[in-house]
Amino acid sequence: MSTLQVSIYRYNPETDDAPYMQEFQVDTQGRDLMVLNVIQMIKEQDSTLAYRRSCREGVCGSDGVNMNGKNGLTCVTPISEVTKGNKLVLRPLPGLPVVRDLVVDMSMFYKQYERIQPYLQNDAAEPAIERLQSPEDRDKLDGLYECILCACCSTSCPSFWWNPDKFVGPAGLLQAYRFLADSRDTATKERLSSLDDPFSVFRCRGIMNCVNVCPKGLNPTRAIGKIREMLLSNAT
Amino acid sequence: MVTNITNLGRSGVSDWLIQRASAVILALYTIFMVAFFLFHPNLDYVAWSSLFDRTWMKIFTLLALLSIAAHAWIGLWIVSTDYIKKSCVRLGVQTAVILALFAFVIWGVQVLWGA
Repeated sequence: MSTLQVSIYRYNPETDDAPYMQEFQVDTQGRDLMVLNVIQMIKEQDSTLAYRRSCREGVCGSDGVNMNGKNGLTCVTPISEVTKGNKLVLRPLPGLPVVRDLVVDMSMFYKQYERIQPYLQNDAAEPAIERLQSPEDRDKLDGLYECILCACCSTSCPSFWWNPDKFVGPAGLLQAYRFLADSRDTATKERLSSLDDPFSVFRCRGIMNCVNVCPKGLNPTRAIGKIREMLLSNAT
Repeated sequence: MVTNITNLGRSGVSDWLIQRASAVILALYTIFMVAFFLFHPNLDYVAWSSLFDRTWMKIFTLLALLSIAAHAWIGLWIVSTDYIKKSCVRLGVQTAVILALFAFVIWGVQVLWGA
């Protein structure tokens, strides 16, 4: 069977009263295409379909969608990995407002990212060339800095669905820990005190949906555990 | 920083710690009570009241009672903030929970130390 049944979430707020699912048939000619290729073939059938994509190699993080119930990047997900039988269901990332079709409004996600001040803060006098870091300290940033902010993790997290205005979410917290763990950053205390409330970090219930979907294989739950440890040792 | 005034510990880290410490106390109390019932298959009033006549048992039970109150306050506060979006309803539910837990603790003290 080389014909793939694709069901896509469609919604154009200018013309549609409510979102609906539209069916398409795509001839894959037996090839195990990436989901992005399938979407492009559908775009040729119906040019009104809206979706985001850019680098098509899992670096830019702009094409996160929900494929057969699981978030991921369409450009690096082969259809064999997500299809059950011959059916592919594509929906926008859950929990965020839909702008159109598969395009979501990421404002809330970026707002939480901005809140954790994702930049190096160091009030010591600037050295002549650069702030040095030992290889051991640099190793602590592995598994943290690789995040591409595709929002697959935060939009698979029920705590983020219920409280996107208060809970930072796995993506933001992974970056919060990236700066807490950086030996060159001196704002550790200020960073911790801005996270010490019942929502920002502690609304994480450790269900690990974020780890399950991360296209880069990162582990936000572990980073959140480390932030919790730092908060605890700072406060006791 | 998100401000909250109706959670038990006023901070996320203290709520988190209290919830875990109270869970350990409740687990120990549960294990103790289950073991007590296993070792007393024909439990009668005399054995039951002599257990609760001991001061350490009263303290242990009060500790378990306070742990239930703290654990339930934190847990139900989290549930209410997740699912009740209307703030007046949420505050009402939180107040009811806190008052009920207060009443249960006082009632428990009366049972333990009453005649």
